[in-house]
Amino acid sequence: MVTAGRFSPRRLLAGDWTRPVGGLLVLALIICAIGGDALAPYSPFKMALGIRFSNPSWAHWLGTDQLGRDILSRMIVGARFALFLGLSATGISVIGGVLLGLIAGFGPRWLDAMLLVIFDTTYSFPVVMLALAVITLLGPDLGTVLLIIVIVTIPRYARLIRTSTQSIRVAEFIVAERSLGARPARILLRHVLPNVIGPLLILASMDIPGVITLEAGLSFLGLGVPPPAPSWGRMLSEGYNYIRDTPWIVVGGSLPLILTTLGFTFLGEGLRDALDPRLRRGR
Amino acid sequence: MSALLEVKGLGVRYDAPRILPFAARHGVDAVLDVSFDILAGSTFALVGESGSGKSTLGRAVMGLAPFRAGQIKIAGAAMPSGGDASLVLWRRQMAMMFQDAIASLSPRLTVRSLVTEPFDIHGFRQGLRARDREAECRRLLALVGLPADFAERYPHQLSGGQARRVGVARALALSPRLIIADEPTAGLDVSVQGEILNLLRRLQDELGLTYLLISHNLAVVRHVSDRMAIMYMGRFVEMGDTAEIYADPAHPYTHGLLAAQPEIDPDKRREDVELMGEVPSLAARPSGCEFHTRCPRAQPLCTEQAPDDRNIGQRVARCHFPLVS
Repeated sequence: MVTAGRFSPRRLLAGDWTRPVGGLLVLALIICAIGGDALAPYSPFKMALGIRFSNPSWAHWLGTDQLGRDILSRMIVGARFALFLGLSATGISVIGGVLLGLIAGFGPRWLDAMLLVIFDTTYSFPVVMLALAVITLLGPDLGTVLLIIVIVTIPRYARLIRTSTQSIRVAEFIVAERSLGARPARILLRHVLPNVIGPLLILASMDIPGVITLEAGLSFLGLGVPPPAPSWGRMLSEGYNYIRDTPWIVVGGSLPLILTTLGFTFLGEGLRDALDPRLRRGR
Repeated sequence: MSALLEVKGLGVRYDAPRILPFAARHGVDAVLDVSFDILAGSTFALVGESGSGKSTLGRAVMGLAPFRAGQIKIAGAAMPSGGDASLVLWRRQMAMMFQDAIASLSPRLTVRSLVTEPFDIHGFRQGLRARDREAECRRLLALVGLPADFAERYPHQLSGGQARRVGVARALALSPRLIIADEPTAGLDVSVQGEILNLLRRLQDELGLTYLLISHNLAVVRHVSDRMAIMYMGRFVEMGDTAEIYADPAHPYTHGLLAAQPEIDPDKRREDVELMGEVPSLAARPSGCEFHTRCPRAQPLCTEQAPDDRNIGQRVARCHFPLVS
């Protein structure tokens, strides 16, 4: 009902080669996230100090890290954490951003002004300072990282939705709906939302890897999810210390980040085309 | 015949935002002291230059513009004061066709959803099952002369004329009594304009509709309307039977507008252009008669004293020195 025009997975993937590739990459990520324990050749936590820093081999395709853990296994199992964090943080931010953005863009002027001040204040905080403050208050764990990401992302999303809502609220078809007697809830959900959500979904789908990277950055500073959780960001920051001698530890953290970024970006473009009937091919 | 729509002393004012909380309110009167009736089953046309307030007047009748003064009645019942929620029933009795046919259709809905949406809005959802919706959609499309398979299309896949027809179908969905048509022929080819006008006329005959037609196309107005009013800076300067006004305009402004129409016969000498200059700003209305700055017949009295409505036979003209007495 919200997207109104019929939406089908086929349409999401229709287009040039990037769409199927994006779909495959995201699918691979999901499979790793769900079945990671069965797919991984070793336990991601099993340390073997005798084979620390071993080179890629048939036994360990991507070698082992400074504690002798299998990098490939940590990479595969890390997908679960990455996907969970990326999807939940982005999902919460999208919902919050859309709600606040619609209220600011469609509501009375004073409410808009008030929300804008709040958005700008939050937005002007340096991310790391904010993270330090929140973590000091709440302690480092997954929930805290999630909260920080949501606080940082919501103002951006809300501002995007607010701006496009404001430009669309005076459009002739909105006046036409009012003249038919449509109530504000219907106008917002059925006529404004489908026309403003497209850019946000693309932005959000491209932000998912950004969220994962942000967690990596927090982990690097010792503010992320505590070890030994197999997080790509932690692998990246740990591998950074040994990059001169054993560069593959960094590969284990960066390769999935790159592939995830590509996958979500390609899929985001497909999503945009599927949501906007004007961009659909044929007919 | 009785009056379907009665408008008395209507004024619409748009306020400019105040810079300081206690600063004097500035604003413009888009519509000033306008009164008229429309008989059921007839067509009433509003004519005027851009910015004369004709669209605002149409929107005020729909409850889409804030009116400050006067009252609007439809079939004897006054318009409720309040927000969109209190106007739902009021708006059900009338429908508006908007100037830009394509832009007035929600871009992500199919023609089917667009045409049947009025039923959803007015709570027919439970009563109207999928099959009935389909039947209603077919009936409405047939009524406006569109093939049934257009139901699958999106607004951007329609031509201007087709989008206009969808707009008419949407307007007719709830069997309104009054249709406010804001420039129904704007942006259409001449041949398509003719089709749309014939469609509107046919629907009027079949369904007994009443039209408030807003246009600056004098040929269209002459062709379809029974009565008309000419607007200048938010006021009616002349109102009466269309044929009578075209034959013998009483207000110098009407005369100027009609004289400015292009003539088909090249040998027929056109009178010199009478309307000079621009319409003054609504924020700084001229003293006396607002038209005196552009009137070829202005006298000293015109700059000092605003004229009252003057009855000339069946007509009303707002002028100290009408061309017809």
